[in-house]
This record gives sequence, structure tokens and C-alpha cells, in this order.
Amino acid sequence: MTQTKLLSANQAIAWAAYRSGCRIAAAYPGTPSTEIMEHVAEFKGAIDCEWSVNEKVAMEIGVGASLAGVRSLVAMKHVGLNVAMDPLMTFTYIGAIGGMVIVNADDPSLHSSQNEQDNRSLAKFAKCILFEPADSQEAYDMVCAGFELSEKYQVPVIVRTTTRTAHTSTLVNIGSGERGEAPAIPYVKDARRNVAIPAHGRLMRVKVEERSAALRELSETSPFNRADPGIGDLGFVASGVAWQYVKEVFPDAPVFKVGLSNPPPIEKIRAFAAGLKRLVVIEESDPVLAEQIRAAGIPVVEPNTELRMMELNPMRLAALRTELLGDPRPDAPAPETGLPTRPPVLCSGCSHRGPFYILSKLKAAVCGDIGCYTLGAAPPLAAMDTCVCMGAAIGTAVGMRKAGLPNKRIAAVMGDSTFFHSGMTGLLDVAYNRIPVTVMVFDNRITAMTGHQENPGSGHTLLGAESPQARVADIARAFGIPRVHEVEPYDLARLETVFTECLDSGEPAVVVVRGPCVLHEKWAGKHINAVDPGKCTACGACFRLGCPAIVRGEPRDAAGKRFQSKIDPMFCTGCNLCAQVCRFDAIAPVQ
Amino acid sequence: MTTPRDHSVPFNISLVGVGGQGTLLTSDILALAAMHAGFDVKKSEIHGMSQRGGSVISQVRFGTRVFSPIIPDGQSDVLVSFERTEALRWVHLAKPAAKILVNNMERIPVTVSSGLQPPAADMDQRLAARPGLLLLDANPLAEQAGNLRTANVVLVGALSTLVPFDESHWQTAMRERIPPRFLEVNLRAFDLGRAAVG
Repeated sequence: MTQTKLLSANQAIAWAAYRSGCRIAAAYPGTPSTEIMEHVAEFKGAIDCEWSVNEKVAMEIGVGASLAGVRSLVAMKHVGLNVAMDPLMTFTYIGAIGGMVIVNADDPSLHSSQNEQDNRSLAKFAKCILFEPADSQEAYDMVCAGFELSEKYQVPVIVRTTTRTAHTSTLVNIGSGERGEAPAIPYVKDARRNVAIPAHGRLMRVKVEERSAALRELSETSPFNRADPGIGDLGFVASGVAWQYVKEVFPDAPVFKVGLSNPPPIEKIRAFAAGLKRLVVIEESDPVLAEQIRAAGIPVVEPNTELRMMELNPMRLAALRTELLGDPRPDAPAPETGLPTRPPVLCSGCSHRGPFYILSKLKAAVCGDIGCYTLGAAPPLAAMDTCVCMGAAIGTAVGMRKAGLPNKRIAAVMGDSTFFHSGMTGLLDVAYNRIPVTVMVFDNRITAMTGHQENPGSGHTLLGAESPQARVADIARAFGIPRVHEVEPYDLARLETVFTECLDSGEPAVVVVRGPCVLHEKWAGKHINAVDPGKCTACGACFRLGCPAIVRGEPRDAAGKRFQSKIDPMFCTGCNLCAQVCRFDAIAPVQ
Repeated sequence: MTTPRDHSVPFNISLVGVGGQGTLLTSDILALAAMHAGFDVKKSEIHGMSQRGGSVISQVRFGTRVFSPIIPDGQSDVLVSFERTEALRWVHLAKPAAKILVNNMERIPVTVSSGLQPPAADMDQRLAARPGLLLLDANPLAEQAGNLRTANVVLVGALSTLVPFDESHWQTAMRERIPPRFLEVNLRAFDLGRAAVG
């Protein structure tokens, strides 16, 4: 009996791994890919899965499993693939044995990312098979096919989701829903095949090109690449979720759907284009397909409508329709104006708020990093100068220190999971080269931003097994950092003393601010606080904490510009930072 | 509402709110109910930072066949908002004649409470100008049901009167999605919401 379920692409990918007899899975969390491994963990008896320390390690685990003849799945967000590119670029030479599927989640529109890189170019660069699912059913089917093709062609297979496909739920036929069997391919030691040294690599290089020729043949015959007939002489080539928008806005037009997009099915597209006057390529984000189609001598219309940056959607395709067919633009009401924005904020009681407040007060240059604590960049705390990529805080701070910022204290700030991911190497550089920067690790013992995944500091694995808790301070001491402190996050005076001492010490220093994530551990202080309106002078000091529990109270001047504060008891956790910044004793615990 | 209608054009619902209000659970229940009613369905949401008090949006479309997971602006048949400011922020998603179902509560953004931005001017008047506005005091109804946190399911109950499929599918979806120990209070919240606009 077949089962139909409503699944996100992330869920469907986990089901496909289960169905395909995948035995090993590894990932580092990253929006929008995180849920893949959480759902794989639901099949824990069948699939050995883990949160890896970073994407490079996850990729290498997949490589090892594949070379041992077993099917493996690795998952990461787009910028995670940057971290994992080193093993991938040589593994693609060595070639898969057990099927290996890499799920790469791009994030057009940067919903939760620092850039909008289109990793389809990396699949082309790595000469891998690339699939672009348009919905959850395709994500399921392409992962299943990916394992087969990976083994048949000895190539890693990349499945590129986007935030929209990863987090959209659609109906998926998962067949019987039963576990599939994929017996391990017997292991044979073969140094010429598996040891990438120059002499072997040159042989591999030739084989890669032979394989690429075979993959071009495959793409021309793949059922994932197909022409849907339509009416008129304007036609489209579309891949991924962009295909859905084309079908929505140009329901009658001929459309060539590209599902296996690297290498692209050029000859099939040439035949499709032959019957058309105008061919337009709709893809998210870079012109990866358009350039290859054009390079093959097939004319492609480049519309004036901007379709290269940010997520596509039916409104943007409607603008294209107006350009191409002259149809009037559909009426779309304008958004209301004059509304306050509502950006995400550090939660009330967040253990990152106090340290950022002090860094802001000390006017330190703060090299930040990727995590919840990047929210410390937002006003009113505004306590961050730079943010580049995972682990970059430390190297950036070293560079700034070497460049010399006159009279500036320089701090690097990152969370515990980021520190383990790629901060440790930077810290070792600080210790080794004796660079006088202060590295602050805001250690809430969980990977919070992506939804509370376990990490090497949390004491548990993905499957909940106990594991040793790596301690940042111990690592720093072992590296040879001369000045290492562990402090609590809610004592502002103590934070200021320790931060000042370290920043002014002229030597490498590490401060670990240890406090649990309030969302994760439902942490709460002993008493929530309240504001005494008789004492509050509307000075605004507590508002500068940016705490969502501190809200505007009564106006204190005729112009209505200065307001007393009020504390929302629904949100106050009793962290007591506000009482520490109030100079008028207006904030006190409610008994 | 069981009137036969043409489902070749999808029925579109946008759900908006503030992170932590239950927008995602609500859209899960809606999408499952639509599936049980026999429709093709797509549920699209943007989360990741949703728990950090940011603006959250989720969209559900169902019909004979649904392509785009994103609803074109101005094409939502129903807009459900868990908060008044967010209703106004996203009202352009709705058709002119759409029902705008709003929990009658306000959560002041930190940008306003910290004095960085002024509050919305004439918010209530601008909302009231919408002909399809349904302001619902979901919080007291949720307390009446037994738990303030079921306010989102009170809205689900109200929403169930505005979409073209049978109530039984909502019950099935809730039993599937809500853990058994919370089911009873949520079913009560659903009934109260349904009665409040029915």
C-alpha cells in the first residue's frame, strides 16, 4: 500500500534516505537544512546519524562511508558547502563507491544567511551530478535516484534545495514507506583509486572527464529533464522552484523542466528551442543554466525584468509577463506604510544581552560571528563591528589588531557551537602568535539559532547519548592562552571588570561567558521585576538593553517624547539586568 | 461551508504573527485539514529566527493542483493575524474582499518600546477600514478553554468557518498534530473560536 504524506522537502529527504538504504548520515545545522538530520534521527535504528562538528567533517564522514561501500547522506546550508569544499573537490576525483548524496540548501533572499551564493556553480565546478527539486515529491525522488546514480557513475550527487523548497510542505507519495536495502559494496583496498597523490590524481583527472561525458549522456535521457508542450512561440527553461512560478504565471506556455541540471541536457533543450521564437531561462539566482545554453549556441532572451537577485515569486514573473506579452500588470495593493519594523531580537533573559551591553559601554571594536548573538549588532545594543562567516571573528580581530586601531579595544565574539565549528583554529593562531586580542565565547551550551541542536559542549549527541562536555576554557588553556576567565552572564559589574582587565591586558585572553539559553532550558531568575512609576524618571537607560520585556509606559513630558518604562510580566524572566542599569532604584523584584 | 466551487484556482490563506505565537502550528493544522479534505496542498513558511520575536509569515494554498508555494500579493482569500500590527503589515496580501481574521491584541515591537521608531499611526482606524475585518478576542477565549497558549487554536476554530471544507477534517488534523495531553484543551479552544464567528 502506498502512503501519501504532507512533508517539507527536508522531511522528504530523510524518508528518501531511509527508503534508499542509506546507512550513514552527518550534518552541521544551518537554516534551511537543519531539519533534515533531525528527521533522519527518527530512523535512528536504521541510519547512523550525527551532528558533526562542522560541514567539512560531515563531508569527510560521507566520503569514508562511501569508500567503505555504504550509502551516505550529508546535509548543510550553502555556506556550509564552502567549509566542505576541500574534501569534495578531491573526492569527486576519487569517486564514490557507496552512493553519496550531498544535500545543499541555498538561501535566495538571505532569509537566514550572510550571503546569497548560488551553489549550482559549485556542482559544475566539482563536476558532480546536480538535482534541483521543485517540491517535496521531487526532493524524495531525486534523493532516491541520487543514491543509484552516485553508485552507477561513481560520482557524488548534490541535491540543491532552497529555503522555499526546504520549508514548503507538499504531498509526497513515499511508496510503502518501508526501509529499502542497499547491501554494502565489498571493500577492496585500492591505493591507485583511493589515495589522491599527484601520480594517481593525474589518472583520476582523465577519468573525471570521461565520467563527465557519460553524465552529459545521462542528462539527455533523464526523466527529470522533460519538455511540457504548450501554446505559442514563447517558451521557458526552468529549474527548481522557479518552474512552479512559471507554471503559475504562464500556465499555457511550453516549458522545459530541468531537474537534473548539472550537466544540463543541452541537446534536449536545443530541440525544444527549435520550435520557439523566444526562449527565456528562469532560474534562481545566477544565470548558471542560461550561460551554458547560450554558450551552446542556443539563443536565449535576457529580459529587462530583474530576476537575478533574491527569491523569485509569482509577482516578479507577472512583471516578466507584462514585459514579454504586454499583458497589463495585475493589481497588487501597496503595503501599508508608517509601521514600525519588527526584527528578531535577543530574547528577554538572553545570556548574551549583558555581555553585549558591557561591550557597547566599553566602546570596544567587536568582531562578531554567526549565531543568535549576531542580533547583538542591532540597535539599541549595536555592539558589533563585523560579521563575516562561521569562526571568522577571531581571525578578523587578529587582522584588525595587526592593522592597528588607535585607542581601540578589540574583541572577538562567538558562540560555543561556532567556536567548536571553526573558532578553535583561530584561537590557536592567537595563542601561537601571541596576538593581544580578547576572544569572548558566549557559551550557552547549545546551538541555539538553528533551534537548539546538541554540540560538543552540550554533553549530548544528536541521538541523545551522553558525551563528554568539551570545555572552552580548558581548550584555551591547553592552547597556551595566558589569561582565561569564566564568568556568569547576569552580573554586569563583574562582566565589566573582567572584560576591561582582559581587553587592556596587552596579551591574548579568553573570556567564556557561561549561561544557558533561556529558550532552551526555560531558565528563569528567582523573581520577575517591575518598575516603580513613582521612581522612574524616564531616563531611558533600561530601554538601551533592547529587552522585549521592557515596554513603553506613560509619557513624562508634554511633547510625549520621553516615556517611563514598564515590564511585561509575561516576558520578564527575572534576569535582573534592568535593575542593574537603573540609577534611580526604580526597578525591583516583584515578591 | 460545503457549497461546491471551482477548485482549479487555489484557495489561499496567509497566516502572520510574531515569533512564538503559534503561527507555524496553526498552518500545520490548516494544511493537514486541507489534505484530508482531498486537496492538493502547499504550505510555505519562513522560519529560523521565528522564535526571536520577529515577524513570521506562513502561507497555505489548496485546490485541484497548486503550483507556486508563494501566494501572489493581493490574492489571499483569508488573512489570519495573531496580532494587530502584523495584520496591517501584511494586509496587502489579501484580496479586497478577503476576510481578515485578527486576534485583538497588540505586541509592541522592541523598535518602538526602545524609542527607536514611532508606533503605527491610526492603526485601529486603518484596520477598521477593511470591510472583511473580523476582530476576535482570542486570548480570553483561550483562557476560558483552559490555557492562554491555545489562542492560536481559537483562531483556527474561527478560520474553520471561512474555508470550503467540512469541520471533520479539522478535527482529524488536530488529533494528528497536537500531542494527546494537550488535545482536549485545544479542541475546546477550537470550538470556542468556531462559535465566536459562526
